[in-house]
Amino acid sequence: MKKKEVPQDKSQLQKANIKDMVYAVDENGNYVTELSTGWEPKTIALDNAIREIEERVEEAKQRVIEKKTSPIEYYMELHKMDVPILASYVGLWQWRVKRHFKPSVFKKLSTKTLQKYADVFEIGIEELKHIKDQ
Amino acid sequence: MQIDFTHKQSAHCENGVVSNLMRHNGFEVSEPMVFGIGSGLLFSYLPFIKVNYAPVFTYRVMPGLVFNRFAKRVGVKVKREKFKDPKKAKERLDQNLSDNNPVGLQVGVYNLIYFPDEYRFHFNAHNMVVYGKENGNYLISDPVMEDVTTLTEKQLEKVRFAKGAFAPKGHIYYPISFPQKLELETAIIKGIKHTCRDMLAPAPIVGVRAMRWVAKNIKKWPKKLGTKKANHYLGQIVRMQEEIGTGGGGFRYIYAAFLQEASDVLRNEKLKDFSKEMTQIGDAWRDFALEASRIYKNRSGQLENYDSISDQLMSIAQREEAFFKALRKAV
Repeated sequence: MKKKEVPQDKSQLQKANIKDMVYAVDENGNYVTELSTGWEPKTIALDNAIREIEERVEEAKQRVIEKKTSPIEYYMELHKMDVPILASYVGLWQWRVKRHFKPSVFKKLSTKTLQKYADVFEIGIEELKHIKDQ
Repeated sequence: MQIDFTHKQSAHCENGVVSNLMRHNGFEVSEPMVFGIGSGLLFSYLPFIKVNYAPVFTYRVMPGLVFNRFAKRVGVKVKREKFKDPKKAKERLDQNLSDNNPVGLQVGVYNLIYFPDEYRFHFNAHNMVVYGKENGNYLISDPVMEDVTTLTEKQLEKVRFAKGAFAPKGHIYYPISFPQKLELETAIIKGIKHTCRDMLAPAPIVGVRAMRWVAKNIKKWPKKLGTKKANHYLGQIVRMQEEIGTGGGGFRYIYAAFLQEASDVLRNEKLKDFSKEMTQIGDAWRDFALEASRIYKNRSGQLENYDSISDQLMSIAQREEAFFKALRKAV
């Protein structure tokens, strides 16, 4: 890639005032570094990934409303986690976390266990029990 | 307390930390040199490990390996420590800072507040340097940022004890002993040979063979997984190529820059031609990413589009195979 071809596309980096540094070739064929505000294919890939997470969050929310899952799954998706990541944050086996997705099991969870989840998601127990717009 | 530390931005975090720590200790080594000697370049496909619900593709070696290999080859000793107890991890960090020793840290990106939200995934192999503490705030030199920044004690503890795959566990590292003079020649040759060996390895999950495996799979994805998932996987390839959150990796270009610099150190003119060829291979990777992004942008499920980028990846594999076979003989 030539230095003058280093892409300066719009990206989410701009609002945080971050620029990517890239290596490119100058007019004499020597490698130099140049800053880039972003590159469209990368931005599209990232936007898609974000949109997919948003869809997952929305789906999880619907299932909480329909009482098919517990709010834990909703908050897990909201924090871009999956079961292995959440399990390691709360310090429980994965099968236990999955079990806590069941509304009937969730209802009987002790305050201590609820607090563990609440701490990870940085919310109160009330908020953990009742998601917003429910 | 603040250690007199020069922050220099880099394209990739681990190279940057090593280069910046070396400079602090009186050895000027560029980012590409660290990457090349540390044999950072790779391609690997790990279909059985899922991150963000898609398989892992990586264009560089495992975190930590670059520094370890670099250090071994130039005769630097690195001390590494991990902790169970965040309090002990903090004590050890503070002690190093009061001994005037800036240290490298492995951290998770998810709670790194100065990154934009969109870039904050549960990615635990980011690297930074801490070079001081002022009014209870740590002074941070994050190599992918233009300028230095700060984190509170609590914020730093959170990223040092992020959980999930590659959990950093408070990982702290710094060089403890140095050679009299840095001998780069033999280190460069060892580094290049190692990369050639990795890229040509007779294993399906690394090097050019892994690239071919991915290329074959791309053709199957739309039928096997449906368009949506196939596009999600393609997006993952592109995002890993350009390195999530840690700035436009462009590892092929960094490697080309390394070969150019190595050519002068070794007085080997041939390496300049290899550098040019690697630059073109880097361009081919970018074209591949561009085509892939067109597919998931349009969300068209046309099979011939997947066939065409699969062919593109096949031809890159072909070029890299020829490249590393020739490079192995040239040093």
